[in-house]
Amino acid sequence: MASHLDPVFLARLQFAFTVAYHITFPAFTIGLASWLAVVEWRWLKTGNPLYAQIYRMWVKIFAVAFGMGVVTGVVLSYQFGTNWSVFSDKVGNIIGPLLGYEVLTAFFLEASFLGIMLFGWNRVSKRMHFVATLIVAVGTLISAFWILSANSWMQTPAGFREASGGMLLPTDWMQVIFNPSFPYRFIHMVTGAYLTTAFVVGGIGGYYLWRGWHVRHARIMLGMAMIMAIFVSPMQLLFGDMHGLNTFEHQPVKVAAMEGIWETEQGAGLRLFAWPDQIGETNRFEIVIPKLSSLILTHDWNGEVKGLRSWARADRPPVAMVFWTFRIMVGLGMLMIVTGLVALVLYFRKELFTTRWFHLWCMAMTPAGFVAVVTGWLVTEVGRQPFVVFNVMRTSETVSPVAGEAVAASLTAFVVTYGLLFTAAAYYILKIIGKGPDSDTMEDDAYGSHGVKKPPLVTDMAAQTGGKDV
Amino acid sequence: MFSFESFLDLPLIWYALISTAVFLYILLDGFDLGVGILFPFAPSDRCRDRMMNSVAPFWDGNETWLVLGGGGLFAAFPLAYAILMSAFYIPIILMLLGLIFRGVAFEFRFKATGRSQRIWDFSFHLGSLTATFMQGIVLGTFVHGIAVEGRSFAGGPLDWLTPFSLMTGAALVSGYALLGATWTIMKTEGQTQAWARKSARYVMLFVALFMGLVSLTMPLMNADIKNLWFSLPNFYFLQPMPILSVLFFILLWRDLRGEEREYRPFLLTLGIFLMNYIGIGVSTWPWLVPFKITFREAAAVPASQSMMLLGTAFLLPIILAYTGYCFWVFRGKASHEHDAAY
Repeated sequence: MASHLDPVFLARLQFAFTVAYHITFPAFTIGLASWLAVVEWRWLKTGNPLYAQIYRMWVKIFAVAFGMGVVTGVVLSYQFGTNWSVFSDKVGNIIGPLLGYEVLTAFFLEASFLGIMLFGWNRVSKRMHFVATLIVAVGTLISAFWILSANSWMQTPAGFREASGGMLLPTDWMQVIFNPSFPYRFIHMVTGAYLTTAFVVGGIGGYYLWRGWHVRHARIMLGMAMIMAIFVSPMQLLFGDMHGLNTFEHQPVKVAAMEGIWETEQGAGLRLFAWPDQIGETNRFEIVIPKLSSLILTHDWNGEVKGLRSWARADRPPVAMVFWTFRIMVGLGMLMIVTGLVALVLYFRKELFTTRWFHLWCMAMTPAGFVAVVTGWLVTEVGRQPFVVFNVMRTSETVSPVAGEAVAASLTAFVVTYGLLFTAAAYYILKIIGKGPDSDTMEDDAYGSHGVKKPPLVTDMAAQTGGKDV
Repeated sequence: MFSFESFLDLPLIWYALISTAVFLYILLDGFDLGVGILFPFAPSDRCRDRMMNSVAPFWDGNETWLVLGGGGLFAAFPLAYAILMSAFYIPIILMLLGLIFRGVAFEFRFKATGRSQRIWDFSFHLGSLTATFMQGIVLGTFVHGIAVEGRSFAGGPLDWLTPFSLMTGAALVSGYALLGATWTIMKTEGQTQAWARKSARYVMLFVALFMGLVSLTMPLMNADIKNLWFSLPNFYFLQPMPILSVLFFILLWRDLRGEEREYRPFLLTLGIFLMNYIGIGVSTWPWLVPFKITFREAAAVPASQSMMLLGTAFLLPIILAYTGYCFWVFRGKASHEHDAAY
């Protein structure tokens, strides 16, 4: 057990905390950026001002979430050096260029065009504004591409060789970038982000309908959210299954932990509930559906699933954490599918926008995506332990030569800071939701100035308002 | 595996590219951090609104150069990145915390009203101040030298805390404040501009003082630096830097006393920063971890440097182009209207 000032333990805790906190914002903004692009496209296509009003409400929420993502993301990019300098030195030749490409292809794009998206209404044409939204949306996807490529490489390393001193050097970039688990991880994550956004938008739409506020806007929000739930949540089940099979092939020990299987079994059962005991190497109180695990993983009732005991104790991940977070993620995914099915039935009965209990249910599902993303991330990251690069490099060997006290102090500072920020961000987002889209005083006419050739400078504004210069 | 090693000096190219990225960061985030440093001294809330609006569309893009500087160092010189980040552990964490408080203030300030807006005013100011001061400390520690054994940092957690680094911290605060003030002159008018002009005059004196102090201390601190600057024929080659700096200062002083110049003070401040930056570059050449590891020793393998260069050669011009476009879209004077923001 780690002592309370063990730098490895504290650095892991700090990384887990800062990543888990950070991931919730991209998980939301990736989906939101794409959705905003669709909303703005609908507005340009139909001219319906409802879409513009929805856009202008949600772009404010987007700005808060994006800002939080940026500031917490900068922290991560430096943490490789501050807390994991040995990792940076040994793996920098491979991970460094991947993260470098993320900055070059995505960060600048998002940061630059976000300015136009937020402040450019009266300075660029409608079409250019839409292009800016589209670019930001694509930027978030490119960002996800590189970050998941880097992460997947640490899960299923490929295209490298080990040189003297434990240095890992690239031998084939295509194999590094498109490593064996990358496609599955990327699709699973992006889909997760889309669903996260859908359930937030649907939850707020449901809330408005339930309260009888902004009903016309709320129907659009709930409707669009449920289209995502109906079509995309079953697809996510499929993608998740494919990802699981890929993990079974490349990281069987992780799957054994996810399934809570200790002894190698032919026809392994699916444990619905269990209390994994890491030291006793067994489960307490299990409820098992016979043979189902083998069927899912090997597509054969009697397929073999290797148990955790096949690996040395020192090579096993913390089982209970992986086992439970996996169940929470899958459970929430199932609830999303059910929500979509219910919405479909209600839609055909023309009751989707009037069924109050369903609107309450959508409100309850608002955080579902966030919880699923964070637990899913825990499954995959904790399941990789005790390795940082799976089967190649141990986490404990890669920490910086910094004092445990310094790591403890910075961890405390991050926890306090992030706590304050989360409170503030939640407060302002709730305020925006409270105001709603109607209260936006700018009517559609105000967008007429979109096509201006010359930006209205403040001198013109001051002349118009007769205001005194300050 | 492709590699440009046989016909390009990859480590040198990367040294130049990262130096450029860091310099662009200093200029670009320098002015918006400077705006934050001067923020509470502005005469009115409307002035503060204008100052905030003048940087709001840009700060995120500006800060990205810091990520590129750090990310580029990680990719091209992982050894230097690993050592420097361990050595700068506490200043870097404090800088990041400062950048967090400053960054969120952009989103929250205009959504807050009354008393709670004050919180975000202070968050913006103290965040900018802390981030700048810590960057100055990092610079001072870098120039001062770092304890290294083998491939690791070998010093203590408080090695960065020296009188010299505290001085470079204060020096950078005054430098960014000058950038912020001259930016404000350029992007505002009326009362805000007049105030910024007056502030710039005060701040400029501090900048001149600190530049003199740092220029004197560095050769005294390190014999190599002294030899480099004061031996012949180097002495003659390096003269344009101090001479140009003095010239820029004189012109800046005249501009700030007059009323008509709006753009030139900012450009002259950029010139002063450039001269300083080159001076520090010359003094620390060819070290990437000063006096321990050169940029060649810290370089990533040619395969990694080539891979990054391939993309950078295509992407950097595109990035510069659309960054320029965004500055062009938001050209002209900033307003105090935050409803018009979005």
